[in-house]
Formats: sequence, structure tokens, C-alpha cells
Amino acid sequence: MGKVLMKGNEAIGEAAIRAGCLNYFAYPITPQSEVAEYLTHRLPEEGGVFLQGESEVAVSYMIFGAAAAGARVFTTSSSPGISLMSEGISYIASAQCPAVFVNIMRGGPGLGGILPSQADYLQATKGIGHGDFRMLVMAPASVQEAVEMTMAAFPLAEKYRNPVMILGDGLIGQMMEPVDFPEHLKTPPSNKNAWATNGMDTRQSEARNLVKSLYLDPEQLNQHNLMLKAKYEQMEAEEVKAEAYNVDKDYKILIVSYGTMSRVCKTAIMQLKQEGLEIGLIRPQTLFPFPGEMVLQAATKDSCQAVVSIEMSMGQLVEDVERYVKGQRPVSWFGKCGGEVPTPEEIIDHIKAML
Amino acid sequence: MVKLFTKPEALAEQDTHYCPGCTHGVIHRLLAEVIDELGIRGRTVGIAPVGCAVLAYNYFTFDFQEAAHGRAPAMATGVKRVRPDLMVFTYQGDGDLASIGMGEIIHAANRGEKFTSIFVNNAVYGMTGGQMAPTTMPGQRTTTSPMGRNVEDVGMPVKVAELIAALTTPGYIVRQAVIKPKYIVKAKKAIKKAFTYQMENRCFSLVELVSTCPTNWGLTPLESVDWAEENMLSYYQLGEYKTPE
Repeated sequence: MGKVLMKGNEAIGEAAIRAGCLNYFAYPITPQSEVAEYLTHRLPEEGGVFLQGESEVAVSYMIFGAAAAGARVFTTSSSPGISLMSEGISYIASAQCPAVFVNIMRGGPGLGGILPSQADYLQATKGIGHGDFRMLVMAPASVQEAVEMTMAAFPLAEKYRNPVMILGDGLIGQMMEPVDFPEHLKTPPSNKNAWATNGMDTRQSEARNLVKSLYLDPEQLNQHNLMLKAKYEQMEAEEVKAEAYNVDKDYKILIVSYGTMSRVCKTAIMQLKQEGLEIGLIRPQTLFPFPGEMVLQAATKDSCQAVVSIEMSMGQLVEDVERYVKGQRPVSWFGKCGGEVPTPEEIIDHIKAML
Repeated sequence: MVKLFTKPEALAEQDTHYCPGCTHGVIHRLLAEVIDELGIRGRTVGIAPVGCAVLAYNYFTFDFQEAAHGRAPAMATGVKRVRPDLMVFTYQGDGDLASIGMGEIIHAANRGEKFTSIFVNNAVYGMTGGQMAPTTMPGQRTTTSPMGRNVEDVGMPVKVAELIAALTTPGYIVRQAVIKPKYIVKAKKAIKKAFTYQMENRCFSLVELVSTCPTNWGLTPLESVDWAEENMLSYYQLGEYKTPE
């Protein structure tokens, strides 16, 4: 269909439809309500299901029920709403149901604000709810990438039978950019008959299916958690994605940054290049699994003196950067988390002060 | 020789974990009989609560999901919206449905979701060991109301059937009991009617069933039945509160 100018939130809604996801349950919250407003007319056109739930808690279980019944399903929300959904996400992860959650992050904690932030990094990457589990988390840096990641999220959720999160800062949802939509999803939907509670007649089986998360026997629960752990390790082996920018140069400083923040960093890097100063950048596209080896390699390049994590949060991404750099270079944090995005000038000043 | 009485196909060959005198077993059997009689086992999905009936799926032979505490109506909504051809029911106790899950049940009923909720009201939390429920009777002693439910402090017991029936959206809302054979016959009729309305895609249905909990009431099974009949039925009056006609 060629390029169209589209708001990120609406593009995410359209991308889900193109990924063959025609089931959407959601609760309104700024700054992502446009997804629901877009899908409330698009999904009926496609013969899909649109339902506004009574709360994010309820929505997370509508997602659970629908996914457990074998449907491709997703929801969108923003930080405070995602906290409410985290209960359901924990059950979904344990019960091994595929589902996609989009978090268009706003400032926090508490009600925080409605402007962009990346304040939910640790929440998203370290399990989000109670119990031992992980989500596969992808962080788009443009509307185009939000579309591609949303479309990739559904087959990944089905591959791992696990919740997948698209973690975008508010700008990803709110800004308009030209987008080129892939026509169709490359991966066909997986066969869910082995586990889905889709009715025995549907799968022509006399064996019933059960979707649950309760394991009262401690050894059974331990085995269940080991099986889940193996899936997260497989994600770490197979799904890591990151962009390396300007790393062929002899940079003195390496920036690690993702999402909208990484684009501002690129602007700063280009300006510093004109001043004769080379800076490298690693932009994680998957936040879990984290591109730790790429960060370590780039950080330990001979020319590199220090690593800085630049975030729209108060030092969250930096924890993972430190974890992988393992003390081989000094690692520091720079950022803001009130709804404002650090400017290229602020980044340039900070980088120069580091040297 | 014609076999006149047998175990329903929908009921599993399995001993239950329920206490002696518990009425869950009766309700499970009624559900299984109705599902067999309607011939819907192959397209039924049950949703288990958190509480004593969390393991209910062990006793049935059709698809089941296990919900979080109170969230079964939201899960049933998810199933029914994406698969309207499936027959879906939630099975919930009073702590699950009337306390932590009050929001989910009210909104599912108000949207007129086309599934059935089986609401087991035995006036106490069972699984956690006999704490006060929203349905605990005035003066009834529980582990968290050792002096008896003080209605000045925590309000009167919630009448779920009446509350849901007050919604304007059409539905089939009924309260029956499973404490003696004469009530059990009517309870089965109510469950069958609820499932039939669902099969016809007519409306949301809720069947509240006055039940007993001998273990947590500190009574024998027989004393429990009498206590429920004497103390609960005057407050939780039986009958149809709403029909879609």
C-alpha cells in the first residue's frame, strides 16, 4: 500500500490486524487510548472482537481466557494500567499462553504524568508480576519499528507460549511518522490443539485440555519453573536483537540507549562527529533478552574509556549495562524522567564532561 | 437390563478432596448431569475459581481453565467473545465472586456476557480455613469474626442474586439450595435452564446455590443442613429473581 503517515498508536493497532490478531480487549489510559479508538472501528470491519473492559485487571484476564481458548489476542495500556495487568500476566506466563501486551510508557511512580518516559524498564524486563518468570520485551525506536515489532510479537508469543511486551515510550505512541506496512504475517498461526481449551469437538479429541498455574506439589512446581527457565534461556540464545551504531570508529565513550532516547543520542553523536569526537552506541531492540554480549564487546574495545546509559528513567537500564560490562569499564547513568526527553545539547554537554 | 442411574460422562473417575458433608460434590454432579443431558461436553469450557473448588477441574472430563481469585468472569468473557460457539461457565465461591471478584461479576452480568456463573454460597471462606465472607450471616462466628459477624462494623451480608438482578440488562438470575433433596431437584432445573439460555445465546445467567461448609461451621453435615435451612433461607430467599422473558 506504500507509505502512509500514521500516529504510532494507530499504527500498532493496524500492525496487530496485519499480524492476524483480530481480538483486542483494553481499558482507556493516556497516552495510548488512540489504539482502542482506532480498533473500535477497524476490528468490526475485519470481523474481529473489540471489547472495552471494566479495568486493566479484568482486561488481563480477558486476554488470558481468550489466549487459553486458542485465540490470537492482544491489549495495549500505559504504565499504571500495566501494573494492574501484571497480576494476569503472571498467570498467563505460568499457564504458558501466548499473548501480546503493549506498554506505551508514561512518567511515574504513582499517577506520575502523562508525558513520555522509560520508567518501566525494570518492571518489564525482570518479570513484571509475582513469581519467577520473564516476558520477551521489544523496544521500538520509530513508528515503523513499532509496526514491525508488533507483527513479530505474535509468532514469538506462540513460539514460546509466553507473553511478549512491546515497550514503547509515550513518544512512540504519540508521534506521526511515515510507515510502510508489510502486507501479511510471514509466520502462520501455530497449531494450539495440543494445549488450548478450545473445546474437545474443535480438535476432534476425546482428551480434555487444562490451562492452569497451580502446582501444590513442591517438586512439580520446581520442575515447572525449570521448564519455564529453559524457555527464557532459549530466548537469550535465539532472540537477542540490537543495533550497533558508529562502533567501527575509535570511540572513547560508548552510549547504551533504547527507544526514542536512542534517536536523540544519535543526533548528539552526529554533532560530536562534526567536532571530531567519535561516540559509539548500542541500541537494544530486545530488552529481554538483553544484548549483553554486544554491550560487553563494544565496551571493551581498546579505544573505549567509559560507558554511559542514557535513559528516560532514573538509572534502570544502567543496571543491565553494569551487569554485562562486569567492571571492565566505568559505567554511569544520565537521564531524565519527568516527561521531558534529554536534548542533544544536554547529551553533548554530559559526554564532554565525561572526557 | 436397562441401567437407570449411572455416573455422568462429564464427571471424572476420581475421588474428590472435599470434606465429608461438603455440597461441592452435589453441585459437581448436577453440572455433569446437565452437560450430559444437553450433549455439550465436547464444546464446554469450565473456569475454576480460587478457593475449595480450585481443583474442580480434576473431577470433570471437559476443557477447563483455572482463574486467579475472583477473575473467572473476565476469563469467561475472553473465551466467550472469541469463541461464542463454546459453552462456558464459571464456578465460584462467595469469597471469590462476592468479595475480590465483585467488579468482574457485576460488569460481566451488565454486559450480558452469554455465559453461566455457578455461585456457591456457603457463608464462609473454605480453602483458607473459615474466615468471614461477604455472605457470612449476622452473628455467625468465623476465624476473623470470632465474636460473630458484627453488622455495625462490616455491614450486612451481600445478597448476590438480588444485586445482579437489579441490573437493567436482561439475564437469568436464580437462587436455589443444595442442602436437601427437595431443593437439589430445583437446583438442577435452574442450572439446566441457565445452560439452555446460554445455548440459545439469550443472556447472562447466574445460579446462586445456598450450600454448607460443615468443617468451617464446626457442625456435623446433618447439623449444617439444618443450620442452613433455618438461618440462611429466610435471608437468602430461593427463587427466580430475573428471567430474560
